[in-house]
Amino acid sequence: MIRRTIGWLPSALAFGVLSWALLDLPANPPGLADAALRSLERSGVANPVTAVLLNYRGYDTLLEVAVLLLAIVAVWSLQPISTSSVAEPAAPILSSLLRSLLPLLLLTSGYLLWIGAFAPGGAFQGGALLGGAIVLMLLGGLFRRRLWQRLALLQASLWVGLAVFIGVGMGVMFGGGRFLEYPNGHAGNLILLIETAALLSISVTLGALFFGGRPSLDGEPPPEANP
Amino acid sequence: MTDAPNATFLLAGAALFALGLRGIFAGVTPLRQIIAVNVMGNGVFLVFITLAARVAGGRPDPVPQAMVLTGIVVAVCATGLALTLAVRHRQEQNERSGTSPP
Amino acid sequence: MIVQVFDTVLAVLLVWLAWRAVSDADPLRSVVKFIVLGMMLALSWLRLGAPDVALAEAAVGSGLTGALLLVALRRLQAARSSAGGSPRKEQP
Repeated sequence: MIRRTIGWLPSALAFGVLSWALLDLPANPPGLADAALRSLERSGVANPVTAVLLNYRGYDTLLEVAVLLLAIVAVWSLQPISTSSVAEPAAPILSSLLRSLLPLLLLTSGYLLWIGAFAPGGAFQGGALLGGAIVLMLLGGLFRRRLWQRLALLQASLWVGLAVFIGVGMGVMFGGGRFLEYPNGHAGNLILLIETAALLSISVTLGALFFGGRPSLDGEPPPEANP
Repeated sequence: MTDAPNATFLLAGAALFALGLRGIFAGVTPLRQIIAVNVMGNGVFLVFITLAARVAGGRPDPVPQAMVLTGIVVAVCATGLALTLAVRHRQEQNERSGTSPP
Repeated sequence: MIVQVFDTVLAVLLVWLAWRAVSDADPLRSVVKFIVLGMMLALSWLRLGAPDVALAEAAVGSGLTGALLLVALRRLQAARSSAGGSPRKEQP
């Protein structure tokens, strides 16, 4: 009984200190909203969160895409794929649901990508939705084993987001600007280009994270049990 | 936005952080500890978004919201990697205990 | 007035779900409570004026993390059950 009470002490302490610090903060600070909204026309998009993600703090987003790639490389280095993840047949109700749901998910993720410049949405939301669609496809057994083993295509879709981001960032340096400094008037198109590549990478990375193992290198069937 | 809802959410965020902290220490298996770390992260996100909502002027502050968006994606990557590590660790334990003589 | 009640109920629900997710005895229930916590959190983001974050949280923070946790739970339970000396069976 005493031990249980003592066990709660660190949490209670953390809660107390945090609440005191948080409630002590100023009630209506100026924040960065005005600065972000003032430069919104020059940023190329009309959604302030997208502007922050891909223009004002674009470097952070580049590092985030790199973290995605790093995570899937690490997961693949740990674990080869197992058989049953790949070839389970789907229950009929699941496959009939997926036949109507998957085109809708594809369309909605493309819509979110496009609308992210004007309204809530963007590459991450669309990528998350498309990643969910890929997970559903895996669960429903709609992926042929051969598709997963088309290694070059799979790998390309994993790094294309980061590559396009870095490529655009360095490409704008040719006009004499700095890294990721979009030229005037082209910011919107460049952001859309980066977001499209990032959507592909994010969705395939999330699907591959769910799958959990690396595909075999030369097209042979995956091992039966863990090595 | 008035102050009152934000105080509620700030306290809830601090509580989530504290509960996650408790879960890391009290977690028996790695899975529980991973859930606890995610709960802590969600508490931090709650505090961030609440602070973004209470800026002066009408619109919420987009910078903390973008940070939380990045944070959510990074958290899911870290969770995926941590879960793979946990499963692999368990498999290694099984192999080691399977080959050692009883 | 109704808004304050909604906020209070939502905050209490978040804290309760987090507590149960961390301290439930059955790991499956913990994961389910965690998924529901993510969904309630997405609702909170909407309440706090962050729709972009709500979209990402509902899809990735709750949905995909929950799916990852469930798959890992199944693999861990299968690994635990095969540790008793039974012949190596297929990992799910």
